[in-house]
Amino acid sequence: MSGPEERRDRRYDVPLTVADPGAARANGHRPAPDEPDTAATDEPVLPATAATADRPGPDEPAADKSRAADADRSGRDEPAADESAGPTAGGRTGGGQGGGDGRDGGAGQGPAVPDRPGDHWDRKVAKGLAFLRRRLAGDYEVDEFGFDPELTSAVFHPLLRVLYRDWFRTEVTGIENVPTDGAGLVVGNHSGTVALDALILSAALHDQHPAHRYLRLLGADLVFRMPVVSELARKSGGTVACNPDAERLLGNGELVGVFPEGFKGIGKLYSERYKLQRFGRGGFVSAALRTGTPIVPVAIVGGEEIYPMLADIKPLARLLKLPYFPVTPTFPWLGPLGMVPLPSKWLIEFCPPIPTAHLTDSADDPLVVFNLADQVRETIQQTLHKLLERRPDPFGP
Amino acid sequence: MTPGGTPGAPGVVVVTGVGRYLGAHVAARLAADPRIERVIGVDPPEPGAEFTDLLDRVERIRVDAGSLGGLLADLEVDAVVHLALVSAPDQQHGGRSAMKEQNVIGTMQLLAACQRAPRLRKLVVRSSTAAYGASFRDPAVFTEETEPREVPRGGFARDILDIEAYVRGFRRRRPDVTATVLRFAPFIGSTADTTLTRYFSQPVVPTVFGRDPRLQFLHFDDALEVLHRSIVEDHPGTYNVAGPGVLSLSQAIRRAGRVAVPVLEPGLSGAAALARNLGFGRYGLDQVDLFVHGRVVDTSRLEREYGFTPRSTAAAFDDFIRAHHGGVVVSRDQLAAAERLVLDGIRQVRAAVRERS
Repeated sequence: MSGPEERRDRRYDVPLTVADPGAARANGHRPAPDEPDTAATDEPVLPATAATADRPGPDEPAADKSRAADADRSGRDEPAADESAGPTAGGRTGGGQGGGDGRDGGAGQGPAVPDRPGDHWDRKVAKGLAFLRRRLAGDYEVDEFGFDPELTSAVFHPLLRVLYRDWFRTEVTGIENVPTDGAGLVVGNHSGTVALDALILSAALHDQHPAHRYLRLLGADLVFRMPVVSELARKSGGTVACNPDAERLLGNGELVGVFPEGFKGIGKLYSERYKLQRFGRGGFVSAALRTGTPIVPVAIVGGEEIYPMLADIKPLARLLKLPYFPVTPTFPWLGPLGMVPLPSKWLIEFCPPIPTAHLTDSADDPLVVFNLADQVRETIQQTLHKLLERRPDPFGP
Repeated sequence: MTPGGTPGAPGVVVVTGVGRYLGAHVAARLAADPRIERVIGVDPPEPGAEFTDLLDRVERIRVDAGSLGGLLADLEVDAVVHLALVSAPDQQHGGRSAMKEQNVIGTMQLLAACQRAPRLRKLVVRSSTAAYGASFRDPAVFTEETEPREVPRGGFARDILDIEAYVRGFRRRRPDVTATVLRFAPFIGSTADTTLTRYFSQPVVPTVFGRDPRLQFLHFDDALEVLHRSIVEDHPGTYNVAGPGVLSLSQAIRRAGRVAVPVLEPGLSGAAALARNLGFGRYGLDQVDLFVHGRVVDTSRLEREYGFTPRSTAAAFDDFIRAHHGGVVVSRDQLAAAERLVLDGIRQVRAAVRERS
């Protein structure tokens, strides 16, 4: 993991619950290079001991050392350090720092904590509380599809970030092929028994894209039939996969994500991995054609190994009205533990966009639609093979 | 053209359902318009005296819908506004069967009478966005062309589908009459008293577990404006009428300072049926379906053709909250005070820890 990546991710750590002060202190000394002023005001309370010496400065790229070890150490060092530090130590180092960056001011020198304006954790706590208050008062906006950008960026994406960055070690290439503004239709391969790849794709796209665009996913109606899941899907920007919704989103200039394989893709056996299934009627192509939206094929490698499906108990699936009932090496044998995805290595590559603006009149022409769908399918399949060659070990680093 | 009637505006207007809130207000508003010569309010024979002060300039005729036929021709009526719809069964007045009698049979008889009125030029029928039904496969936003995917299970929604079917038949038989169908979102406002306003006025509001439907409201005053324009201007066709924008149910409950109590969906349907059978509560399956699926419509056709945009759903709801602040459980000020309290507490604890160390 590189320094800049980690720095960007830190910014989204909005504390939802108020941590106890001790833990807050311990965490507060993790380097937060994206907020240099707070780091500067935090510095004074640190004594000039080993704890500061091996801690990187605000802009040093050395932030890539193990975070767990770092947090652990500061947790252990902190009480002792504070005992020796006191107001005098704070004043001494604070003065030195204040001369250095001119931003420190009196805040770090005075011992009165209640109004330290630059206090990094104080601001985080205040931000978290303000977020909670806004949520409880209903002071936020949802769009006509039920998308709640505030909730998505403050809650859903931070959770997914842990998964895609730390658990799956996802590498994204070709992000420049995703349009910076205006509509785009991102078409990917579906895999993994549970449609985790769609969520990972949307979180990775939002984080890696320079414009931090939200991917509006189109989901099967099964998703919207289930309570709770349907609302999570809507709040994170999803909607039912149907042409009116797709065209409306594209007409609004949104980035729309579809997986034309549907259940055939996620419900296939492990032996069939990375073999693209049929693309159905190509409804996504006609939606793109009608709105003149470029199609961006995306190949996702890694999703097939998270829940390798060894068998499909069809009678049970029929009984539960599900499209398939998976048997994986861990599910259902280990119960809830079987729901933990295996930590495969993920590669996501966005392919160059396929323009459709010149074909707007042929949206109803089955020949054009099927040819374009085949072209997208071939592109994804070839990119998958290429990515698989780059990743010889599915569970490698 | 009636003398005194300006081009476009009809001379004699008949309004049905003036015994109810919407009808009374529409009749009063049309009566106040100098371009309209006569406003006649038609009412079923039962007494409904609550709006008499509003209706002093409206001629009222108490008559059965069945005997309207000769009346419309005799009165030389130019326009008919049909608002006599019941959205929820009322146990005191005959329950669901009386509701269906009034909604469906009443509309049939009115349309039959209209068909025989030679001077009739305009027909405005109140409909509802319930016409789109409720299904999991529905698109997120309904345009006027969206067909319902399955027959809704709520009584009012089924009535609405029947009524619209009758209006389509009427259009075929009387192509010379400008027929306007207005699909209204649920009304809300500072004074309106509807099933939904009563629902949001409770301190504790039942919701469906795991569902947070997207809702749209229409401010009552905007509904009056659209109905008025439909009469004095020519707008043939079907229009969605709703406040632009969306509130989710949980958001609306929070904004109103109420507390949501999630109930499992089968339980809620059962409770609604039970409440209906026992004769209290006016929540039907229509409401349950609305609270599972939500309903959002596209209003661009209305904005284009009428040149009028209703105030947004959020603004309409704010107006309702201001008028109903009595039952607030959690107010905005309390939340802000709690936020300050917690923040100050944390700061003090941190200061204490810092000083002790």
